[in-house]
Amino acid sequence: MKKKYINKISLVIVLIALSVVPFLAKAAEVTQEQIKGLDEQVQDIKEDVLDLTTELSLLEEKLLFPSNTQVSLFVSLDSGKKFVLDAMQIKLDDKVVAKHLYTFKELEALRLGGVQRIYTGNINTGDHSMIASFLGRDASGEQFKGVADFTVNKAVGPKFVEIKITGGDSADQTISFQDW
Amino acid sequence: MKRNVIFIAAFFCSLSSYAASGLKDVELRDLYFGEVLFYAYQDKYFEALERLDSELIQYYRVDESNLDPLSQNLGQAEFSVGDIELQYRMDKRAGKAIQAVLGSGINLAMRNQAALQLARMYFRKNDAERALYALDLIHNRVDMTKYPDKSVDDLRGVEPENFKIDVLYLRALAYISTGQFTNAVEILDSLRNEKSIKGYVLYNLGIALIQAQQELQGLEVLDELGMLETQDKNLQALKDKANLKIAYRLLDSGNAEQARIYFQRIRLDGPYSNQALLGAGWAEAALDRYERALVPWTILHKREKTNHSVQESLMSVPYAYGKLQAYGKSANMYAEAMDMFAYEISRLDDSIKAIRGGKFLEALVDEKSRQDENWVVNLRELPDAPETRYILDLLASSDFQTSYNNYRDLADLKVRIETWLANLKVFEEIIDIRRAYQEPLLPIVGERFEKIDARAKLRLEQRNSLADKIKNILIAPRPDFLATADERLASDRVTAFEQYIAEHPGKVTGEQIYRVKRLRGLLSWRLQSEYDQRLTEAYDHLLSLDETTEAFKKRYGSFIRTRQAATQSYEGYQSVIRQLRTGLFSAQRKLKGVMAKQGRFLETMAENELDRRRKRLEDYQIKARFALAENYDRVTKADQDKLIEEQNQLREEKQKQLELEKEAQKAEESAPSAEDSLDKGSSILNNVPAN
Repeated sequence: MKKKYINKISLVIVLIALSVVPFLAKAAEVTQEQIKGLDEQVQDIKEDVLDLTTELSLLEEKLLFPSNTQVSLFVSLDSGKKFVLDAMQIKLDDKVVAKHLYTFKELEALRLGGVQRIYTGNINTGDHSMIASFLGRDASGEQFKGVADFTVNKAVGPKFVEIKITGGDSADQTISFQDW
Repeated sequence: MKRNVIFIAAFFCSLSSYAASGLKDVELRDLYFGEVLFYAYQDKYFEALERLDSELIQYYRVDESNLDPLSQNLGQAEFSVGDIELQYRMDKRAGKAIQAVLGSGINLAMRNQAALQLARMYFRKNDAERALYALDLIHNRVDMTKYPDKSVDDLRGVEPENFKIDVLYLRALAYISTGQFTNAVEILDSLRNEKSIKGYVLYNLGIALIQAQQELQGLEVLDELGMLETQDKNLQALKDKANLKIAYRLLDSGNAEQARIYFQRIRLDGPYSNQALLGAGWAEAALDRYERALVPWTILHKREKTNHSVQESLMSVPYAYGKLQAYGKSANMYAEAMDMFAYEISRLDDSIKAIRGGKFLEALVDEKSRQDENWVVNLRELPDAPETRYILDLLASSDFQTSYNNYRDLADLKVRIETWLANLKVFEEIIDIRRAYQEPLLPIVGERFEKIDARAKLRLEQRNSLADKIKNILIAPRPDFLATADERLASDRVTAFEQYIAEHPGKVTGEQIYRVKRLRGLLSWRLQSEYDQRLTEAYDHLLSLDETTEAFKKRYGSFIRTRQAATQSYEGYQSVIRQLRTGLFSAQRKLKGVMAKQGRFLETMAENELDRRRKRLEDYQIKARFALAENYDRVTKADQDKLIEEQNQLREEKQKQLELEKEAQKAEESAPSAEDSLDKGSSILNNVPAN
């Protein structure tokens, strides 16, 4: 009876010890070599996924926007630093095809010379009316709107149009279009 | 040494990505390259790389690539590949891309920038030797022999404004890392007046001088930095760091009085204020001025309790009170400190448990916290997340940052792969729908087209025949070719009459012959006289026909393309999709393994750091317990001493009393009783002769 009782106590002690040991056990240190080795593996995966994504994007474009119907609209900015572009809207054949609200980072990227692809879609060959409008703020913070229209002449190949907002810091912004 | 190098490297990390890269001031000639920049400038490197790779693939696939607008930006595009890959921490591939740029025929400025970029990459990877090698590739010689048709200006290109300074500065840092301190001092000394990097130059110059055994000069330079007037937050922090470095060096060398001055220069709200307050207290303590030491320590004592310096102040404040013999207060404060340490240890235990439960990794990739620059602060607010205040130093360390960024990138890639796998299903559905719609239609359309095509071919042949005829008429006039249908019928009838007259001359009258000749003459007259006008009209009609033919050809071509596009809209995708899906699954499998490993590394690093902090708190706890006991001893000893003193006093008083009593007793024993005395006195008095 006594032996059985002692055995039970020993079992409880062992169980407690087992539950405490992993908690107390310190995790092994991570070495520089391990970090470096894993970093290289991460780079390999990045390379794989990047290559696959490039192929997939080309496939997607081919599938969804065949070159004979493809139209892409781009927005660029060449304005004063104090002009803030808040939003942009594009109408194609009297239908709103793109609306965009700009984040601080996007605006900075546009100011630095980046170009935003705001819309990619499909249209038939021939003429299509396009209206581009924007909402912006001048140096004093006053909000204003700019609108301009353009005729997109779609031929057999893909069509690219750049919508360029140009001006200073004030409400003197103009929209111009360039066929590429 | 390592600490210094880590700090120095932080300067390059502190530069905004585009400022550090060659991607600024790009003259744009291609919209898609502009889109690449749009993403790169927002630090969205994966998107930028994916678009850039697509653009370059398409550029190299087309036959007349010189007609592609990208050809105008090709140099920058190829340079950007390595540049963006570097920003996306794909050092291996970036290295190859940059090496390719170095070897290609672009201008010298671009090649030099590529070499600098390569050097930065090696330096970031703690390979200063290779960084120096890459910097040696930068030169100023323009090779005209390779491109004799280009001008010197074209071949030289334009270097960014701060290029030379960047090269020199990086070279100095690489020299420090490789222990060539004298060379580093020489370069940094020449950069002392460069405003854009002045603070960093002074700090590194100070460190290099100290390492080059010129401690006095090094401290002088750090002192100059310590007094720099600036509003820049980073430089203010650097100033504090320099002052702190000097102050602790002076304190360690026993010059506490001087150290106090440097501690006082450090801002009370900067990142080094806690260390400064702690050091200022120790400087006073070293001069045995414990009341003064209590001033900074008491400020520190009230601050966030997870900070290492604050935790030390929990021990130093009661220590000072102890020194001032306020043992009771000291003991109470040690007891409070022990409670605080116990509480913090339990929080650390909870944090370690949270890490082991996977909460740390969940918090790290939490989308809400990631979008904010203060993600570490946000991390604390997430339920069950570990206490991040204890791992702030770890979070800022290069190893943790590498692992953390990798983990985040992997989490991002995981989502991308899942999205693409879902997209592939949708693509297949689109293809199936297209096939179901197009496949039955195409044969019917084909059949109709064949008929139209046959007619079109016939008509085109007719047109060509007419065109040939008109061409021939121009050389040898043939008015009959321009006769109208009526005229041709009339001419045929006249010819028949003429034939009849020739065959039966006796059966026709002279008048009839005359009339036939007249008719022939009339027809000939009309054809001859109207020939020029008819020829012009015929030519105009041919031109008009050509216009119609041209429109028809366009329509024909458009139809052919549409039919081809209709076929291609569902044909030939199966194997491509299958291959891509296999690739995605394979990448997903690899990613899963590496991500788990990377997660474990992060958890281990955090856990070990928390464990280290826990042990430190346990040490403090033990020390506090001993100090408390010591204080109790002192208090008890003082009480005992007081008691003993009181008892001694009591004893002494008693002793005195006893002695007095004894003396009185003695006096009593040796002298007659009072009555006797009185009697004696009265007898004496009685014996006095009366005058």
